[in-house]
Amino acid sequence: MGSNMAENHPVGFQWVMEARERGAKVIHVDPRFTRTSAMATKWVGIRPGSDIAFLGGVVNYILQNELYFREYVEHYTNAPVIIDEAYVDTEDADGLFSGWDPEQGQYDVTTWSYEGMETHGAAGQREEGYSPKGEQSGHGGHGGGLKHGEPPSEDPELTHPRCVFQILKRHYQRYTPEFVAETCGVSVEDFAYVCEALVQNSGRERTSAFCYAVGWTQHTVGVQYIRTAAIIQQLLGNMGRPGGGIMALRGHASIQGSTDIPTLYNILPGYLPMPHTENYGSFDNFVQANVAPTGWWGNFEEYWVSLMCAYFGPEASSENDWLFDHLPRIDDDNSVYWTLEQMLDGKVRGYIVAGENPAVGNANGKAHRLAFANLDWMVVRDVVEIESASWWYDSPEIESGELKTEEIPTEIFFMPAATHTEKDGSFTNTQRLLQWHWQAVEPKQDCRSELWFYFHLGRMIKSKLKDSQEPRDLLINKLHWDYPTHSAIREPSAETILKEIGGYEVESGEPLPGYKKLKSDGSTACGCWIYAGCYQNGINQPARKKPHWEQDTHVAPEWAWAWPANRRIIYNRASADPEGNPWSERKKYVYWNGEQETWEGIDTPDFDETKPPDYVPPDDAKGPDAIAGDHPFIMQSDGRSWLYVPQGLEDGPLPTHYEPQESPFDNPLYSQRANPRRQQHKDADWDPYNPIEGEPGFELFPHVLTTYRLTEHHTAGGMTRSIPYLAELQPAFFCEVSPELAEEAGLENGGWATVYTSRSAVEARVLVTRRMKPQTVRGRVTHTVGLPYHWGQRLLTAGDTANDLLHAALDPNVHIMETKAQTCGIRAGRRPRGKALTEFVESLRAQTEKTRPEPEETRKT
Amino acid sequence: MTSIMEPSGVPAGYEAWGDDQHARVGFFTDTSVCIGCKACEVACKEWNLIPADGQDFLAQSYDNTGELNSETWRHVAFIEQEKPLRADDGAVGLRWLMESDVCKHCTHAACLDVCPTGSLFRTEFGTVVVQEDICNGCGYCVPACPFGVIDKRDMKSTANMGHQPDLPSFLGKKEDGRVWKCTLCYDRLKGGHEPACAKACPTKSIQFGPLDELRERADQRLEKLQDEGWNGAQLYLRDPDDGIGGAGAFFLLLDDPEVYGLPPDPVVTTAFLGQMWTNMAAAAAALAVGVVGGFVFGGRK
Repeated sequence: MGSNMAENHPVGFQWVMEARERGAKVIHVDPRFTRTSAMATKWVGIRPGSDIAFLGGVVNYILQNELYFREYVEHYTNAPVIIDEAYVDTEDADGLFSGWDPEQGQYDVTTWSYEGMETHGAAGQREEGYSPKGEQSGHGGHGGGLKHGEPPSEDPELTHPRCVFQILKRHYQRYTPEFVAETCGVSVEDFAYVCEALVQNSGRERTSAFCYAVGWTQHTVGVQYIRTAAIIQQLLGNMGRPGGGIMALRGHASIQGSTDIPTLYNILPGYLPMPHTENYGSFDNFVQANVAPTGWWGNFEEYWVSLMCAYFGPEASSENDWLFDHLPRIDDDNSVYWTLEQMLDGKVRGYIVAGENPAVGNANGKAHRLAFANLDWMVVRDVVEIESASWWYDSPEIESGELKTEEIPTEIFFMPAATHTEKDGSFTNTQRLLQWHWQAVEPKQDCRSELWFYFHLGRMIKSKLKDSQEPRDLLINKLHWDYPTHSAIREPSAETILKEIGGYEVESGEPLPGYKKLKSDGSTACGCWIYAGCYQNGINQPARKKPHWEQDTHVAPEWAWAWPANRRIIYNRASADPEGNPWSERKKYVYWNGEQETWEGIDTPDFDETKPPDYVPPDDAKGPDAIAGDHPFIMQSDGRSWLYVPQGLEDGPLPTHYEPQESPFDNPLYSQRANPRRQQHKDADWDPYNPIEGEPGFELFPHVLTTYRLTEHHTAGGMTRSIPYLAELQPAFFCEVSPELAEEAGLENGGWATVYTSRSAVEARVLVTRRMKPQTVRGRVTHTVGLPYHWGQRLLTAGDTANDLLHAALDPNVHIMETKAQTCGIRAGRRPRGKALTEFVESLRAQTEKTRPEPEETRKT
Repeated sequence: MTSIMEPSGVPAGYEAWGDDQHARVGFFTDTSVCIGCKACEVACKEWNLIPADGQDFLAQSYDNTGELNSETWRHVAFIEQEKPLRADDGAVGLRWLMESDVCKHCTHAACLDVCPTGSLFRTEFGTVVVQEDICNGCGYCVPACPFGVIDKRDMKSTANMGHQPDLPSFLGKKEDGRVWKCTLCYDRLKGGHEPACAKACPTKSIQFGPLDELRERADQRLEKLQDEGWNGAQLYLRDPDDGIGGAGAFFLLLDDPEVYGLPPDPVVTTAFLGQMWTNMAAAAAALAVGVVGGFVFGGRK
């Protein structure tokens, strides 16, 4: 669900095909019948934006029919934990959890906590005066304020009315098969098929896996979509076991790597939190705010100090608090759309775009292009001159006259980039596997690798600032920036950087075997603690390419290297029962060897190797020692997986069905229509929302709009629309519509259609197909218009940009836009051009009377 | 001794390789696992330096390639049907067939039979290849092919598209008019590699290997699919007794060949040559009789 794996991850999909050939059922639940559906045993066509209703229905089916994996649920999840008396569920408050602050539009999460548990926020936020609401997602909300690993109140019988299990049962009791059918536009039979298939294929002998991608994340309740699947997998005992899990299929070759060693504003490598602007007083206070009293994050300081030693070498020491006082800080949300808003307000001077094409790839493309014109300077690094580099002379806004080249003050620097075949480096794939790739040819002319660009940029900046006494330049001056280079262009050595990431002993320079050797005294340096050991024994571990057929087990540990500790399945202690024995011979993976008193198996055990299954932590235990021997989820403060999330999420401890920001329907469950915590750009006029039912102009946008990728192109198209062999395979921007919608709107296969929203209108060639199915939702027929989003103004195949149609209301946890379920109108023929386009969109907005309605939630609460 | 008149199951010209002869190789394209990614199309074009074919939106499902021709040696067909994939799941009623088509490398290859220059030849691997430095562009092979595979390259479309600036000028600039088709990557085979399309296929839909093994594998595969109740599963061009003596590149289809735009019962066009000559002789004779008769009877008037 939420992914089109065959089209967007065709190489990984070979394993799904192999599983199918071996008898596995492959089920595809998706609004469109895609190439994945064509390969599946079963396709269930679901209305875009209704996945929580569907998955919540599965949860209800499992609970009502008592089909959960009792032993797993009782020991490995937080099902028995009793929740604070003050907690109020959405079912009892018409769609709001307790703690809602209508003024701030945020939750105070205090009442969501475990009973008798002192609450503190996620990492970096326990400092004095911090109120536990707002930015919860620091790095996954890993810490609960537990004195030791066991929650204070539990009911192993799972019958206490306030235990998580019973709360869960009540929360989903209205998600009946009939509710699912009505809300999602699926049949009761198809829904039953999915439920039964999942249950039959889970338990001691069998496991099921979910695969998702941005079809789940890109919603205003995206994180909660994934959470619902997590609840199912916990109830069925499918986590930490071979063949189980939830596979996050990531879009780019190394997008996993770019969160591990992040391009994100709020984390540092290894999911360490970026310091906030609050005054911590001292480094010790910062550590205290972040170190988890119990669980693996008890080692926070070791990881932090080792990172600082990698950054600053001998310049960082315990005397100067590892330069903590000089580190940059973030204040609150500094994400992409927040930055866009600041840019539109003229508060951002420079912008560096690398590996991204926001003018095409981000929701509300027009806002991005207009914002660029407010910059002083802009740097774009890409393999071709993409739309984000050419907008100043070639864009819809130039065509419409909204931007005039001669009036744009922005200075644009286009820096040609080397491709992956022109540089050494590693990709971290979706299953956390680091795979090395080697340079095949030298980059041509001025094309350079990222490594080259940032290394030499840093070197030049350092050289310019070397005599500066300004406090703001101190950190740059102290930066350890010494990497060997080779070749005529002085390319830095990628392997040297891998070694730094993998960690080394400072004195000897010897690579470290793993993160357990990291110290907080400055004797170790490590660029990313979860990657520690990737250069152990001086060997480039990701470069190992021994095929599985030459290895002893199907786990194939000598193919490349997986973080952490070359572990292929994390939390794999859960593959054994509480006593440490395999759940079954068929699913034997990691287990306790009583004679040797050690954990062993075909993978690296994800547990203290010598901690026996019957270990009970003493009252004063800290860190990992506070986790009991039968609690596999060691990153959590209580060692259990969380069915119910007491802290760490912005929008609730349990996933609840909300309608998207724009939807043809109201919420069948609550008068609270959409996620109350979603982020809207309320005070700006650049992001108007289509009216919802009952608002003027609702009928202008009757259809559901969803966007997606095709196999033939890659994201915003820079790498594929520029290649003739790929451009010819999908040579035009098109929309997919059902024969019914085609007839209704007078569209002809192969002809042109104009698709429009309150943001813009685009034209697309028409592909009429039975694969788009009208759905009957609550007695009403609803049509979905599908748009691939690869196209922009330039390159070999050019076309209108689907993202120009989209609004940028966001998920509150990760600030991602809702590209998968919006509303639109469609009509035959090409769009108005130039100024007429702007006028057309303005006329639509005029018909909606109020173009930016007050959020209905605020009015209601 | 093989003859184009008497199809015998052995490709003409293959035995002449003597000690240099390799096991006959080919493709088994199993459409039941094709995910329609078109990696075969791209890999083929990249390896064989085939020019891009122009950008036409065809509005035929996800097929914007259209057909096999001089610039397309692998073509993935997309067929949307309101039919269940398997006979027992009638509720779905929707399936999307994908098939990667290619030159069949016929056992009895009419293109090769009619080539007057010897440009088309049977390789030591039993495949049929055009030698681009010999082809004179006469085009006899084009109508001879029962599948419409072999095709003359337009003069204008050989212009370098600019995507390969390092291409030697003779490759980018030489004017054409010659015929082109799949070589089963003859150059790769000589180097001990599998063809580019098979190498790139992520799901083993395109399988390369000795033809005997492929046929055996295909028979097992068909049996499995039929046991599982797949709708319309059938082998196409696997049979050495068919009109082209069986193909070097054969297929497992999920519907009748016509559905994929393939001829249901192809026959090597040159099989009728003898008959054609006989007929022509008879016609010539009749004509001669007529002409002579005309004079004779005309003379009487």
